[in-house]
Amino acid sequence: MLQTYVHGKDAAACLESICTADISGLLSGSGTLTVFTNEAGGILDDLIVNKVSEKELYVVSNAAMKQQDMGIMESAVSNFKSQGKDVTIEFLAPSEQSLLAVQGPQVATELAQLLPKPELLRQLYFMQTLSTPLADLPNVRITRCGYTGEDGVEISVPSNRVEQLTEALLESGKLKLAGLGARDSLRLEAGLCLYGSDIDEHTTPVEAALSWLVAKRRRTALDFPGAAAIVRQLKVGVQRRRVGLQTLEGAKSPPARASVDIYREGKLVGQVTSGCPSPSTGRNIAMGYIAETWKAPGTRVELKIRDKFYEAEVTKMPFTKANYYNKPKQ
Amino acid sequence: MVFLTKFARFGIQAARQLRAAPLATPQWRSIHVSSFLDAERRYTDKHEWVELVTNNTAIVGISSYAQEALGDVVFAQLPDVGTELKQDDECGALESVKAASEVYSPVSGKVTEKNNLVEDTPALVNTSCYEKGWLFKVSLKNPDEVEKLMTEEQYKTYLTTSTDH
Repeated sequence: MLQTYVHGKDAAACLESICTADISGLLSGSGTLTVFTNEAGGILDDLIVNKVSEKELYVVSNAAMKQQDMGIMESAVSNFKSQGKDVTIEFLAPSEQSLLAVQGPQVATELAQLLPKPELLRQLYFMQTLSTPLADLPNVRITRCGYTGEDGVEISVPSNRVEQLTEALLESGKLKLAGLGARDSLRLEAGLCLYGSDIDEHTTPVEAALSWLVAKRRRTALDFPGAAAIVRQLKVGVQRRRVGLQTLEGAKSPPARASVDIYREGKLVGQVTSGCPSPSTGRNIAMGYIAETWKAPGTRVELKIRDKFYEAEVTKMPFTKANYYNKPKQ
Repeated sequence: MVFLTKFARFGIQAARQLRAAPLATPQWRSIHVSSFLDAERRYTDKHEWVELVTNNTAIVGISSYAQEALGDVVFAQLPDVGTELKQDDECGALESVKAASEVYSPVSGKVTEKNNLVEDTPALVNTSCYEKGWLFKVSLKNPDEVEKLMTEEQYKTYLTTSTDH
């Protein structure tokens, strides 16, 4: 992942000029998922922006989009600077700073054993971030977020200490290393998008069923790239929509993966963008884009996999119940 | 979020780290109708195996290396009986949790039987790739093709020397 710090009293306004989130409205110590957009409303990347303080943002974006993202952020910063605004940017090289994702229902219990103040975790809710000593490290950034639909954290740690911290985390034997295949199953079950597969520059947040990422204030202000196109789509609708799909209960069928065509009564109506067998539901799950007419959960479709048709249905996402550590509703 | 989703056929990292699995000698004596046949299992560079049952019929499966690299097989699509195959034709697919992998025919001929048990219980490919997990049988058009494939010894060498399968 690309980790970036943006400093200065105009940091929030600066990042808002390139994404759809209400960063000014975030409370200090909390973050949000957002997207970089282009003038057509297409998604250039998805990323997490955390407001560490009123003058400091911590941004995590996709490693695969690193060059592009650095360009987008750098040009926003130099644009702001040229207007005399107060903002600077600091990209953390992977050789200097690493990010460990620790995910699962037992994470808080395990992590607490390495924290000098374990009670910190009880007040660290989903999408909140803090800086703390951990194990033998004087200072790491812990953000309660992840890419699995489960409770968990991402820990930003100096690269020369990351192995030591990983070993400390593995010590009790309760935490285990997981590969990208496992993570892909989890993020699919959680209905989370994979950039480059489920969303890209040719899909808009509205088509991707991510309209919730376009903050209310920003819809009125129309002050982000592609705002006109996106707000128009919010009003008049779109032709296609990202939906969840699953094979029917008990059916024997292969998992539908990227580029599998979706048919409805013999007519091509969409395409799968990613899919896998879901260990939690025992069915094959997928997500993809389907003609707006057929987006309702329960709609029967056929998936064409290696020239054979298999029955499936449009399904609400997430496929499994999320288990985020949310702040109790007051 | 992004990560690379393109899984090369058996070329995934995990596969590279696998030791070449020890390859057992054929344990399929019961189906050998003729004892003078040198019923040696032959292998392709795409990790299918083929074994002669008679002079002109053979049985096809995937190697232990392949099934380990693929991981838990969850779906098997096998060629229908009667399908005419040319050597190297794509003739089916095995889907694991991680990836889809095409099955290529190691030989030319006509499919005489497919393993329905594997279609019902794809995990047999993992638990018994040389016995219960066979994929299909072929009546050979050109038995010489088998001779030209790798012997077990050659295949073992291939696995240990080649870095990208």
